[in-house]
Order: sequence, then structure tokens, then C-alpha cells
Amino acid sequence: MSELQPFRTGDTPLPNIVILTHKLTRDYDMGGETVRALRGVSLQIKQNEYVAVMGPSGSGKSTLMNLIGCLDTPTAGEYWLNGQQVSNLDDDQLARIRNKEIGFVFQTFNLLPRATALHNVELPLIYAGLPARERRVQATRALERVGLGDRMEHRPNELSGGQRQRVAIARALVNQPSILLADEPTGNLDSATSAEIMGVFRGLHGQGQTIVMVTHEHDIAAHAARVVTLRDGVIATDQRQAA
Amino acid sequence: MPVFEAVRLALQTIRAQKLKSGFSLLGVFIGVASLIGAWSIVNGVNRYMTVKFAQTLYGVNTFQLRRRPMFTPNVPDSVWRAWRRRPRIRFSDAEAVTAAITAPVITAWQSDDNVSVFYGGKEARDIQLTAASERYFDIKNLRLAVGRAFTAQENRSGVPVVVLGDAVAKRLFADRNPLVHSVRIGGIAYRVIGVVEKQGSVLGFPLDRFVVVPALSPAQGLVNPPGVVDALLVKAGSDEEMREAMDQAEGVMRSRRHLRPNQDDNFSLDTSEGVQRFWAGISRILIVVLPGVVIVSLVIGGIVIMNIMLMSVAERTREIGLRKSLGARRRDVLRQFLAESSAIASVGAAFGIVAGIGLTFLINAVSPLPASVSPVSVLLGVVMGTGVGVLAGVYPASRAARLDPIAALRQE
Repeated sequence: MSELQPFRTGDTPLPNIVILTHKLTRDYDMGGETVRALRGVSLQIKQNEYVAVMGPSGSGKSTLMNLIGCLDTPTAGEYWLNGQQVSNLDDDQLARIRNKEIGFVFQTFNLLPRATALHNVELPLIYAGLPARERRVQATRALERVGLGDRMEHRPNELSGGQRQRVAIARALVNQPSILLADEPTGNLDSATSAEIMGVFRGLHGQGQTIVMVTHEHDIAAHAARVVTLRDGVIATDQRQAA
Repeated sequence: MPVFEAVRLALQTIRAQKLKSGFSLLGVFIGVASLIGAWSIVNGVNRYMTVKFAQTLYGVNTFQLRRRPMFTPNVPDSVWRAWRRRPRIRFSDAEAVTAAITAPVITAWQSDDNVSVFYGGKEARDIQLTAASERYFDIKNLRLAVGRAFTAQENRSGVPVVVLGDAVAKRLFADRNPLVHSVRIGGIAYRVIGVVEKQGSVLGFPLDRFVVVPALSPAQGLVNPPGVVDALLVKAGSDEEMREAMDQAEGVMRSRRHLRPNQDDNFSLDTSEGVQRFWAGISRILIVVLPGVVIVSLVIGGIVIMNIMLMSVAERTREIGLRKSLGARRRDVLRQFLAESSAIASVGAAFGIVAGIGLTFLINAVSPLPASVSPVSVLLGVVMGTGVGVLAGVYPASRAARLDPIAALRQE
């Protein structure tokens, strides 16, 4: 499965491991009934890996995604992000981690409709507490990285679907996060635009970006170098493939 | 997120949703505008009552020796009956009091009644006939537009000369010069020697419908029984001297009336204090009622803002989820929505202040009230308006801050 050493409780991850989950479980209380969404997921992702997470609905991939994205905390188990254990942090500390370490790309883009592309990309920097001038410089650079240097003052409704998702990617990258976390990034795009976005991802991966992408489409997952499949809250398969 | 960013964001949101924000700031707007407007009116009426009304009726540092007080609101019948049993003020009383006062004062006699004044075929009805001594004009601060006042000599000899109020002169003589003509008062011919400058009105009562004749002239018989005067007016140079003169007047009158120490005065030493005390009572009621009105509208304004903010939080759940996923902490979200609600309220308060000041100017322009904007009310308006915004924002903002980012992001 993996050439990595097995991780035991009390260990510290190796320095090149960006994501390490150890026996991660997450239970939900659904009106008195406990739903076990994750039942012990142990996963290690190295720097500059490009991983696709697959699985049918109800397999726990959204739960895993939320945990990796620090939007949620596990019921049990450990989660180390970039050498720091985050499974025991409080709300505000998690917000800090999300701001610094994680770049989200959503299926529905989630851009602020009234704000320009530039302002949308600046958002994470506002919460990072950067001064306006510095924000502008970095947001401009991020938009240029995704090829939207000439669309900075456009609002989302003046952009195509592919352009919107590229704004969202620029926003995800602007804080130089450890991981780019994409949740069905092509779910709302036609196949040509999907290919365009996958091209952007390939380019970022080539520049050294670690990418974790949840998808249920095999041809999208095919762009990744490694595919992790979840079933019933546990990892069913974990395969490397030629990109 | 720094406070500055939160405020900027709030103002952007308000600009983007003009209509909704407009409605939500209406309550605070009305509250603050009514606060400032009503405060100005009370101020104005206060000034009007204490300065103009009281001074017109009595004069500065002036007291009157009378049988009973001139301004008598809310007096029970028993007191009235007691007043009517009192002896009247006689010429000899007035002379004795004048002689006894050591402070530098000027004094005048005054007796009034309503009469008709005739000239040619014309009649001026319901005119206040004042039989007064010569210093009356100085005490009442009546300046003459034409002619002259009567002299001490004329007063003593009871010469039938008359000084007309502006309205009487206009009524009887129109644009002609009334001097040297004679008018008839109670069948007696009075030679017109002067016309007093126009006095205007106070609380709607015209102040120009009067004539003044020497206290000892024949018309005295129309006003009072022989030897009786309505009031002795005493004007001092300062409040202190007035008090001193009042003490002396009281002493003289008590001994003349043979009052024992345990007996109350059976005369009145009347000052503008009575009017002012009466007005102070009314304005105290206003000062109690006014905050009620203001608080009610601010509370309503606050509830409206709270509702709008709750709607706004519900509408923008996804945005909140997104912001949280991008690293917004609870306090960032809290601050954002608090800034928004207080910005709405502050804008409302700002418009309210402008409207309140405008209202004050309008009152000044169209009514005789000297309404003036009190800086305290403006300050209070700002503080209360913004305070309402913050208070009204607390609940919606804390709801927003507590939203679970996963659920919020999933919301359509």
C-alpha cells in the first residue's frame, strides 16, 4: 500500500508528511441514533502529492474532507497537519489553521457575488490581518497565476464558470497553503471547462502544490497520481497511478 | 479582521441594499429626530416663557405689590375667596412703601381695566386702559414711536393726556398722525401725546391693544374706586436689591395692616418667579414624557434593525460559512455584523440629527418660539442611536458567529 512507516499513537509525523490521520473516527448524533461516518481512517499524504478521494455517497468522503479541512473535529483519533496536531484545537485555532494552511475550492465556487475577483481573492488575507496594499499585491499575483490578470475588476456574474472557478482557485492559493483542498471542483462545469480546470491543477501540482480532491467522477480522479477510495467509513483502496 | 475592515464592509453592504437599509434605519431616524426636535422645542418654550413671557408680564428685577398674584394657575376656590376678602392697595399704601424702600428703585402705580376708545366715528373696543404713573414706561420698557410720555407733573395734576398702543393708533387713526388729536375714553376727551412702539404678541396675546393715561387723571374713576390702585410696580437694579426692597415693602405693609406675627400677609409681593415656577412644572412633565417617546421609537428602531439583521444573517448563511472556511474567527463574524447594525443605526442617527436640526430651524422660522438645538441632545442622539445599533446587533451577530461552517456552506 504505502512505503511509509506505520504510525503509532505518541509518534510525530516525518517532516515531509503534510497530512497524517491516525485511526480517525467521526460519529454523528442523529436524533438519539449514532451514525458512524468514519470508523478509523489512517492516511498519510506527502508534500506535493496529488490525491483524489473517491467513494459513493455515504462512504464518509465528505466527513473526511471536513476533518482534513479543519472545519470539523474528530470524535477520536489524531490528525496532524504539516507537523502540527490539529485534532485537539479549539474553534478559533482551527480558523487560524484554515486561514494559513488550507485553500478550499468548492463545487459551487462560493464567490461573493457583489465583490470583484480581486476582492474575493483578498478575503483570506483580510482574515490573516494583512494591510490593504500587501493584500492587493498578493491577490493580483494569485490571479495572474491562474491566468486572470486581465479580469481582476470583474464581478462573478461577469465571468464564465471556468473563470469563476479559477478565481476560487486563486483565492485558495493566495495564502500559500500547505494543501489545496478541492471538493468536486468540476461538478458544476462542462467537460471542456473541467479539462481546463484540471489543467490548472496539473500546473499547480507541477509547481509543488499538494492537492487533495474529492470527486465521484473517475475521469477526473484519473488526473490525480493517487486515488483513495472510501467505503462505509474506512479506506477501501489506496492506489498510485500514472498521471 | 480589523475594525476598520468591518466598518468598510458594513458600509458597502448598506450601500448595496439601500431600500432594506433605509427601512431599517427609519426607527432610529425618527427616534433621534424627535429627540433633538422635541428637546429644541422645550428649550425654545423655556426661553420664551422665562425671558419673553415673564419679562413682558413683570419686567426684570421687578416686583409688584398687589392685592393678589397676577398669574394664578390652578388656584382652589378657597384661596380665591380668601384673596377677594383682602383689603385693596390704597394710594397711601403705595406712597408709604415707596418712601420706605432704601434701595435705589424706580416705582410706578398701575391700574387696569378694559374699555372702549373712540375717535370721530371709530371705536376701538376691548382696549386695556392702564392708569399709571410716569415711570411706568421705564419699568415696562415701553419706547415711544412718536410723541412723548406724560411727565410727573402731568401725572400729579391728572392732565387728560394719553399714550396709545400701536394697535389702538392704527385702529383709530390708520396712517394719519394721531398727535394733538383727542380720543374719548369713558366720555372724557384725552389728548394724544404719544404712540408706543409695536410690541407684538406673546403666546398669541396681542400686546399693543392698550392706552396709558396718568394715574390721577379722570379715567382713574373708570378703573378703581377712589384712592385705590391695582399694583405698585417696583423695579430694582439687581435681584439682591429687589429682595431687599421686597422685605422692606412687606414690613411696611404688615405694620400698616396691623398684622400679628402669626398672621399671613393679606397682600401679595408678586414677581415673575410664579410664572417661571408654573412653567418649570410643565417643562418637567415634558422632560419626563419626552424620553418616553424617544425610548419607544428607539426600541422599535432596535427591534426593526434586529429583525433585518436576522434576515440578513439567514440570507447570508453561505457567505458566513465561506468566510469561516477562509479563516474568519467567531469574533471576526461577530464584528462584521455588529459593525453592520451599528452602521445602519449611525446612518439613521445622522439623518435624524440633520432632520432634528432642520425641524428646529423650521420651528424658528414659522413660530415665535426661539427654538435652539442643544448640543447635549445631538450627543445623546449619536450615543443612543449607535447604542441601539450595537444592542440590536448582538443577538443576530452572535447567531452568525456561532454558525457551523459545514452546515452553513451546505445551505442553498
